[in-house]
Amino acid sequence: MASVVPLKDRKLLEVKLGELPSWILMRDFSPSGIFGAFRRGYYRYYNKYINVKKGSIAGLTMVLACYVVFNYTVSYKELNSADTPADRSWVISEGNSKACFG
Amino acid sequence: MNQNLFASFNMPMILGIPLVALFILFPTMLIMPSNNLNNNRSSSIQQWLIQLMLKQMMTNHTIKGRTWSLMLLTLITFITLNNLLGVMPYAFTPTTQLSLNLGMAIPLWMATVLMGLRFKTKATLAHLLPQGTPIPLIPMLIIIETISLFIQPVALAVRLTANITAGHLLMHLLGDTTLILLSTYLSSSVITVIVIILLITLELGVALIQAYVFTLLVSLYLHNNS
Repeated sequence: MASVVPLKDRKLLEVKLGELPSWILMRDFSPSGIFGAFRRGYYRYYNKYINVKKGSIAGLTMVLACYVVFNYTVSYKELNSADTPADRSWVISEGNSKACFG
Repeated sequence: MNQNLFASFNMPMILGIPLVALFILFPTMLIMPSNNLNNNRSSSIQQWLIQLMLKQMMTNHTIKGRTWSLMLLTLITFITLNNLLGVMPYAFTPTTQLSLNLGMAIPLWMATVLMGLRFKTKATLAHLLPQGTPIPLIPMLIIIETISLFIQPVALAVRLTANITAGHLLMHLLGDTTLILLSTYLSSSVITVIVIILLITLELGVALIQAYVFTLLVSLYLHNNS
């Protein structure tokens, strides 16, 4: 039995800094590999916080907090390019109807 | 201000790739089916809720109508979860898009109509004429009933879209008002904050109710035609 685990099978926290680029290159980036990574991450979270005998609201709250943060980062650009109160007008332009019924 | 108001209904994008599929699939990550008898708390609560909805909705149907149980339960769960997640700040609600709601309403409605025409043709056609109408009115009434039949899917979709969109818009507007009032009249901003809190409660209620209404009506059309 080898006492040294090969680089391919090591977890991220067990990889030394110098070996990090080669470790990243060895990972499976095919669609099934990425899907497997999502699945592992999902079940890791599920089994740690939700699939326990006395699960609390914190398991769900963390997910919702991440959801809010994710949405904020996605719409960051739009939110920061908003008009100042001085430019606001109350005339409805045709740009709105496209956004409304799109 | 106008672009800002409707900007939350725009499709969220990362690097030009629309993310709408992610937002539609996200509620599925919150529901976890389990094969155990005794589940964790979250699964037990979900199981209890689903059984409650099932008993509430499907007891009035015939055997043939009950084959739709999975479809209707999925529908109400999907709409409820999407509406509730939309109340979160900065969230994008897929049910505000008319395209999604039409995509849900038209196939389901058409399935109930085609089922009625296929299995109970006479009864389905007889539904087009209410009982006890005076004879001179019959031609006009049949036209009216046909039009009301064809309006049903559009009404289903537009009802859901309009209710959720209106609630979100109100909250955006009141939030903007509160921010502006904070720097001028502090006391009126307290009133608007209270109104916003009430609105959030209403939104939560509307989210649930709209899902319920949508599903109930689809099951009603099913009941009429099965």
